[in-house]
Amino acid sequence: MPGYADPGFDTLSLHAGHAHRRVGNATTAALEQRVAALEGGIGAIATASGQAALHLSIATLMGAGSHIVASAALHSGSHHLLHATLRRFGIDTTFVPPGDRDAWRAAIQPNTKLLFGETVSTLGMEVLDIPTVAGIAHAAGVPLLVDSTLTSPWLVQPLALGADMLYHSATPFLSEHCSEHGSVEGGVVVDGGSFDWAHAYDASGKFAELAAPCDGFDGMNFSEESTVGAFLLRARQEGLNGFGASMSPHTAGQILQGIETLGLRMARHLSNTEAVVQCLASHPLISRVSHPLLESHPSHALARTLLPKGAGSVFSFDLKGSRKQCAVLVESLKLFTHAAHTTQSTIRLSVGLEDPADLVDDLQQALKTAEKAAEKAAEKAGA
Amino acid sequence: MYLTVRNTRTYCYTGGKPFDPAQPTVVFIHGVVNDHSVWSLQCRYLAHHGYNVLAVDLPGHCRSAGDAPASVEEGADFIAALLDAVGVQRAALVGHSWGSLIALEAAARLQERVSHLVLVGTAFPMKVSQTLLDTALNDPHQALTLVNVFSRSTLAPPPSVLGAGTWVFGASMALGRRVLASNASVNVLHRGFMACDRYTHGEVAIQAITCPVLLVLGAQDQMTHPKAAHSLVATARASGKTVQVVQLPVGHNHMAEAPDATLFAIRDFLQA
Repeated sequence: MPGYADPGFDTLSLHAGHAHRRVGNATTAALEQRVAALEGGIGAIATASGQAALHLSIATLMGAGSHIVASAALHSGSHHLLHATLRRFGIDTTFVPPGDRDAWRAAIQPNTKLLFGETVSTLGMEVLDIPTVAGIAHAAGVPLLVDSTLTSPWLVQPLALGADMLYHSATPFLSEHCSEHGSVEGGVVVDGGSFDWAHAYDASGKFAELAAPCDGFDGMNFSEESTVGAFLLRARQEGLNGFGASMSPHTAGQILQGIETLGLRMARHLSNTEAVVQCLASHPLISRVSHPLLESHPSHALARTLLPKGAGSVFSFDLKGSRKQCAVLVESLKLFTHAAHTTQSTIRLSVGLEDPADLVDDLQQALKTAEKAAEKAAEKAGA
Repeated sequence: MYLTVRNTRTYCYTGGKPFDPAQPTVVFIHGVVNDHSVWSLQCRYLAHHGYNVLAVDLPGHCRSAGDAPASVEEGADFIAALLDAVGVQRAALVGHSWGSLIALEAAARLQERVSHLVLVGTAFPMKVSQTLLDTALNDPHQALTLVNVFSRSTLAPPPSVLGAGTWVFGASMALGRRVLASNASVNVLHRGFMACDRYTHGEVAIQAITCPVLLVLGAQDQMTHPKAAHSLVATARASGKTVQVVQLPVGHNHMAEAPDATLFAIRDFLQA
């Protein structure tokens, strides 16, 4: 997909086309359409990163005095944005265990504007029961946004399960380009067009941003402009333009190229993950492997229902040994570049596309090194 | 804006401008399981270039209350009542698909009160296959998918009505679901198709109109193929009407697939 220049048409009000490179260009539009089609949405907006997609979604829907209910098991970047940064701007968040439906329901306040979780949680790989949480959100007259980064549209289409919007960090899976090498960083937010902003506004006064005349846009009422596309319209015209966290056509072209092999890569990620999970689950130095593939995992049954192809390839496991041994294990890995030591004894792993036998060998040699380190430490302590 | 038409709350999109009695008025009439928003780009342009725009949600569709029209004639009665409610003596009528038949029938009834008639994606007769009628009745969401597949010339048209990044097929599906859900008592997909299928007055109506008529047709339109408009064109010409035909390289959803070309055809016709 070539990156190509396009004429600067006037947009939104009078003509179709791309008004300004930041709010749309032909190559990012092609990416947006493609991701929207993969997700079954009405359209999408490409952003500078997954974090930018999350921020754009929130900033479009609410301002100071608003409230979000979010999963407590979010990845650190999202958690920090909600927990610390957005509080400075007057947007408060209550965090709930993603699997606790009563907690989701109980945390909703009169000023709640959004429920938010990850399809599969970064911490612990807990599968979000999207139909249930969407039902709770809709009963309260608010939309559900999900971060679908770790599952990609190949594993689950959250909109079909009841989510209203979703976003991806395009870096790990949509793109085949690893961010560690600095080649691609991007995000995409997709709107399902299912949430009725005007109805919610009439019922509760919420979402005036989308369902009442907007001062900054010559009195435009976005939900009158588009019955199903108000969120994307305002997000593009205001947030993408104003905050400016947009995607370059060059990046969009690279992600488009990556999407062409998404299915092939996801299948390989998953089969490799199965081999690695089996290796770890049977190893004496491992106390716990947190992957829904295993019956012991709390989301095992839910994953089989919502994610029949698999729950993804980013998961964690616990070592029986010390923090030092964890560090030794991570440092001894030669093939795994996305292994991180997260807590005292927990290691998070992202399983790549390499030969599965090589991945298992790499883990086994690193585990052996960690075992030796343990033995040495014991000898030293004994001496 | 909301109006009261025949004691019923009725929504009309005005393109972001207040109604000004001093300006000429254009009424936009949507097709089956659509609403005013299919016209938003054409409306905004005209509203910002000297026209009053009234893009209506037909009764029983989305923001408008009331009983959904069960026939083209009922739809035409509603358009006449709408003009009365707004206090517009004369207006141009622009309709798409089912809405084109409503516009045609209304133009025949309203005579001099209609200044221009634009039929987008039209056909006469507008027969709907029995299979599609049955599917619309028994499984409207499946029928919606079929219609949306038939209506597009391509699954990935260039950025259009909602701007860059819109997947037109997905947006039309979402709109159809929303319109279906907006009417709890009537299956508006089936009712609209039945109204199209049963309308028999097209040739009589086009002979009766007193204004010029523009037909905007889609070369790849599988719902209302350009050939299916021949009888209307021939009848209009034979009866001495001023007829203009514009064919666009699109499927059935001209406003989404070729928003500018559709707009310019309408604009040029109104300004001629």
